[in-house]
Amino acid sequence: MTTLDPTTTADTEVSPSRSTGTNATRVIGIATVGAMAWLLLFALVLSPADVNQGESVRLMYLHLPTIWVAYLSFIVTAVASAFYLFTKNHSLGWDRLAGASAELGVAFVGLTLVVGALWGRLTWGVFWQWDPRLTTTALLFVTYIGYLAVRRLGGSHQQRAKRSAVIGLLAVLLIPLVHWSVVIWRSLHQEATILDVDGDPDIDGTMLTTVFIGMIAFTLLYVWLVMHRTRTMAMEDLLEDRGLDIALAERRAEGGAR
Amino acid sequence: MSVWRVAWLIARKDLRIEWSSRVITNQVLPFAGVTMVIFGFALDANTDVLELVAPGLVWLATMFSLLLLVQRTFAVEADDGALDAMRVAGVDARAIFFGKAIGLASQLLVLEVLLLFAAVVLYGETIQLDGAVLLVTTMISATCGLAAVGTLYGGLAAGNKGRETLLPLLTLPAVAPVLIGATRAVESALGTGVAELSDGWQWVSLLTVFAIAFGVGGALAFGPLIDE
Repeated sequence: MTTLDPTTTADTEVSPSRSTGTNATRVIGIATVGAMAWLLLFALVLSPADVNQGESVRLMYLHLPTIWVAYLSFIVTAVASAFYLFTKNHSLGWDRLAGASAELGVAFVGLTLVVGALWGRLTWGVFWQWDPRLTTTALLFVTYIGYLAVRRLGGSHQQRAKRSAVIGLLAVLLIPLVHWSVVIWRSLHQEATILDVDGDPDIDGTMLTTVFIGMIAFTLLYVWLVMHRTRTMAMEDLLEDRGLDIALAERRAEGGAR
Repeated sequence: MSVWRVAWLIARKDLRIEWSSRVITNQVLPFAGVTMVIFGFALDANTDVLELVAPGLVWLATMFSLLLLVQRTFAVEADDGALDAMRVAGVDARAIFFGKAIGLASQLLVLEVLLLFAAVVLYGETIQLDGAVLLVTTMISATCGLAAVGTLYGGLAAGNKGRETLLPLLTLPAVAPVLIGATRAVESALGTGVAELSDGWQWVSLLTVFAIAFGVGGALAFGPLIDE
């Protein structure tokens, strides 16, 4: 028997479904599209060009929401990892949420770094500055790439969940230390910077609104993606379990035939 | 037996194995030496530059060697399923963690002293007496942090095929604060950078907090990570 017949194994955790969409994700999906259109309207049409930066300021409406979503993802990963480890039934749902969220976090940090480098080139004249925030973010990116690699080490689902939850929580320990070290490093070795990176120029009201809309739009996108990804992961786990059961059944059938 | 007693036994066992196998002296130390020489090639043997960046290069060479040492220290355990045997025998995971970390730290300290000596010989570095206390404190606190991180991720990467490549990816970002802190503190101690001697001590506090955080965090996390 080679077909994936849902009746061959009893699995109570996940019901087989042909899609990861539900009413909730459809509503969130439509809201995301709406919010993105709203963001485009504000970011490209309604908000003014900056006095100093000109049109390139519009990159901010991508840059700030993506880093916000990235931080949000990593917080969710840490919280979900803690819930997995410290709740009694060690539900794999928490593990999948942590994994899905970390994947999105890495993707959004990557996007932030790329957009930030382009924006930096336009406004500072350089792609990269050894600024504490940038350096911490780059290390955050690599740390979570490591976390994702740990998730792919193999073994049973529970092994994967335990290992990655521990690594997910260690990252929480690491990030403040990285940030602290980078901050004193830069404060001791301050080079002459033409532009004050931390300086908050007076942000125009429309600009602030646009940033806010961007955050809403990207948060909705995150929620939508994380729901789909968590469900895809559940399906992958299910497929793996069933694949093993099917292989066992086949071997048994071969043994019986002889 | 208390955790510390078991840890001490494990550390002593590790050091004895290393002493008799000579892998460290025959492979890791020469590797570290070669690294110091090729840094010279990369910087065009410019003595002014080399003297300035020597503290960073010493720690960079230490970190590359750390990866080898960690792999080595867990290869010993994984070969005959020794790690599993210890767990089955009821040895506390924290004791294994501290034991391996103490063994690793001892080897690292020897390595660092030799690398510093290489910096004096190859890069024309001079060691001043008034920075000696800072230098020694930095080396000890940085080594504790490196050993804790190395042991923690080494345990995760131990024994299974395809996991060795994971070790640098996990370890290097994690030890970045140690590289920054230890490099600046040694710069202060040697007087190579612009930093004052007193600047070095705040880095020592960072290194100490790092070592304690990863010492405690590692001891708690090590059990779940090595249980298969």
